[in-house]
Amino acid sequence: MKIPAALTLFVFLLPGALLAQKNSCVDCHAKLEDELKAPAESFKLDVHQQFGLGCQDCHGGNPALDDQDKAKDKTFKGAPKRAQVPEFCARCHSDSAYIKAFNPRLRVDQLDLYKTSRHGELLKKGDTKVAVCTDCHGVHGIQTAKHPKSLTFPWNIPQTCGRCHADANLMKAYKIPTDQLAEYKQSVHAQALFEKKDMSAPACNSCHGNHGAAPPDVKSIAFVCRQCHPSAGELFSKSPHKKAFDETGFSECDACHGKHKILRPTDEMLGTGEGAVCIQCHEPGSKPFVAAGRMKELLADLSSEIEADQSLLGRAERKGVEVSDPKYRLQEIHTLLVSVRNLTHALDVVDIEKKVGEGKSLLVEVRTSGEAALREAKLRRTGLVVATVFLILFAFAFYLKIRQMRTRPRA
Amino acid sequence: MNRTLQAVWTFLDERFKIQALAKFAGKKSVPEHKHSFWYFFGGICLFLTALQVVTGILLLLYYTPSVDGAHESVQFIMSQVKFGWLIRSVHSWSANILIGALFIHMFSTFFLKAYRSPRELTWVTGFFLFVIFLAIGFSGYLLPWNELSYFATRVGTDIAGSLPLVGKALKTFILGGSSVSQATLTRFFWLHVAILPLAAGVLIGLHVVLVQILGMSTPLGLKDKQAREIPFFPDFVYKDVLGWVMILILVGVLCVFLPWEIGKKADPFAATPLGIKPEWYFTFMFTTLKLIPSHIFSLEGEKLAILGFLLGGTLWLLVPFLNRRASRGEPSPAFTVAGAIIFAYIVVMTILTYTLRGL
Repeated sequence: MKIPAALTLFVFLLPGALLAQKNSCVDCHAKLEDELKAPAESFKLDVHQQFGLGCQDCHGGNPALDDQDKAKDKTFKGAPKRAQVPEFCARCHSDSAYIKAFNPRLRVDQLDLYKTSRHGELLKKGDTKVAVCTDCHGVHGIQTAKHPKSLTFPWNIPQTCGRCHADANLMKAYKIPTDQLAEYKQSVHAQALFEKKDMSAPACNSCHGNHGAAPPDVKSIAFVCRQCHPSAGELFSKSPHKKAFDETGFSECDACHGKHKILRPTDEMLGTGEGAVCIQCHEPGSKPFVAAGRMKELLADLSSEIEADQSLLGRAERKGVEVSDPKYRLQEIHTLLVSVRNLTHALDVVDIEKKVGEGKSLLVEVRTSGEAALREAKLRRTGLVVATVFLILFAFAFYLKIRQMRTRPRA
Repeated sequence: MNRTLQAVWTFLDERFKIQALAKFAGKKSVPEHKHSFWYFFGGICLFLTALQVVTGILLLLYYTPSVDGAHESVQFIMSQVKFGWLIRSVHSWSANILIGALFIHMFSTFFLKAYRSPRELTWVTGFFLFVIFLAIGFSGYLLPWNELSYFATRVGTDIAGSLPLVGKALKTFILGGSSVSQATLTRFFWLHVAILPLAAGVLIGLHVVLVQILGMSTPLGLKDKQAREIPFFPDFVYKDVLGWVMILILVGVLCVFLPWEIGKKADPFAATPLGIKPEWYFTFMFTTLKLIPSHIFSLEGEKLAILGFLLGGTLWLLVPFLNRRASRGEPSPAFTVAGAIIFAYIVVMTILTYTLRGL
């Protein structure tokens, strides 16, 4: 009895199940060419599709019907115009009640933020060349920012922004430079992101914002950098530079470190030498000029002593002496050197002198250990030579004795 | 003074029968022939074992068999303890040379057919000694608790775990649980310093007694003119000591120029480093397991290889009983060829371990 009942149910439900799977939008678009075919292809990988949403959820209409005219019923909206895209997406993405059914953690303030962005401001003024949602997220193949192939995945963001911002023709009308991407690619941030694969390394959106993207103004640059470099920022705020920068209207960090091409800071940036940034503003002989020279001198002093001791320990290690302890201590002194480099943001020469002095006194201990290790290596070799000579003499004596025994007449 | 010395000598001689022993040693003779060189490896093994015992006992003064303290204690031995670097390096280097000398001793005995009747039990005790020394090496490798030894132990015990029927239970028994942990370190330490040396001591005693009772064999096929007898003492002993001195010089040079490394402390949560290998004397088995096809005639390749090694080991143990021709004093070239193939296989596989990429 059970089998006929199940069969009846199957036969009854089959047309409904087939109908539910039917999508006349995809069926028709798959037969079209180029950009009209693209939605049918790329939507297979779209995050909306993975959440069970279909064409009708954005574009309206009834994909269950084969007849094109009937399928495009009164709910059909078609493709929005560029200027309408933000509002089009926001119908769902600004609706917290709707969004939380899919992902309660997803923010719903994208449109509000977009409106505060330079893109949003210009769009409002009728400029439809500016970026809208689809320019950064894609159209039918939209992926979450966690997906490595997504346009908004950290590795891909510089290229996504660069598609417009590195396009000289497109940017001509806005009179803004187009070298940001090229410069960023040379920066220490790009090195961390692309080479070390450090997902926390800053890309364009880390400083300019995501949906509210805008160029940070002079005052906010310092706050932007402080998000990741709070200690340097705090020290800078205590320095005489702070007041001077505020009064002259200089932007804080980028005056010395640059904007997009932020290179790995070196000791050469400090002081009065050729690559020093201090000489951009300070005249030779002035008090700050002298202080810059002194800070550089102190850093170079500690740094060269660390290098010398590193080489000393390296030599001892190559000679087979165990030097893990002094190496560990040297590592701690290196950390101290990094903190001294950071201290230069406060421009407090006395404080730097104190810290360098601390480091140098710790280095004495390391050097003593290193020199002792080298003496130990020498002692080991001397001991080996003495022992080997003794053993060879001993062996030779045995050899002579054995030879003497060999010549003995056989028993 | 002389009188006092004489009195001491007489006191000791009366109790230990030293003169009688010396007389026995003086009377004892051993064969000397063109293959005698290989016979010195037995003595070298004994000397290196003595070095192991002495340096091992000294290391016990500072070594701590705990996950938190093992690596630190080895580092302390290498950097802070006076001559600690030398003791540990002698222990590690001489252990490796010892395994090498055991291989040579075993294969020379095989090729010279010295195992033939009535010396079957000398071979059997020697075989078990070889296995015990391999186990001592395996257990000692983990004791410094460094990255290489930790993961090599994991790989080694995984191999034991893939044995059919008993594998899982055997692995759990070796590890003292499901993974390499404090329990593993404790039992490896227990095996390394107590159980295995005790077993080795008993077997060495038996092996040496059998050598004394049965004497050294003279290789088959040597004509009378090619072999002669020489006194065990002092002739043979002097030559033995000469070999030991050469080994001591070698160990000294290695210890000074290449002190045994401590390595990075083991981190059980770290990913297995690429190219992890066991100690060199296990690599021929390790590489076989890596290179063998996953399936041979619908049987799992790895399991088949392990069974092959077990079967091979058993046959190797039974060689004196299988080679009846040698016992009758007849040539047995088939065994010589089989031994040469096995030797070549071990050498080639060991070389491949260090030369093949991606192993």
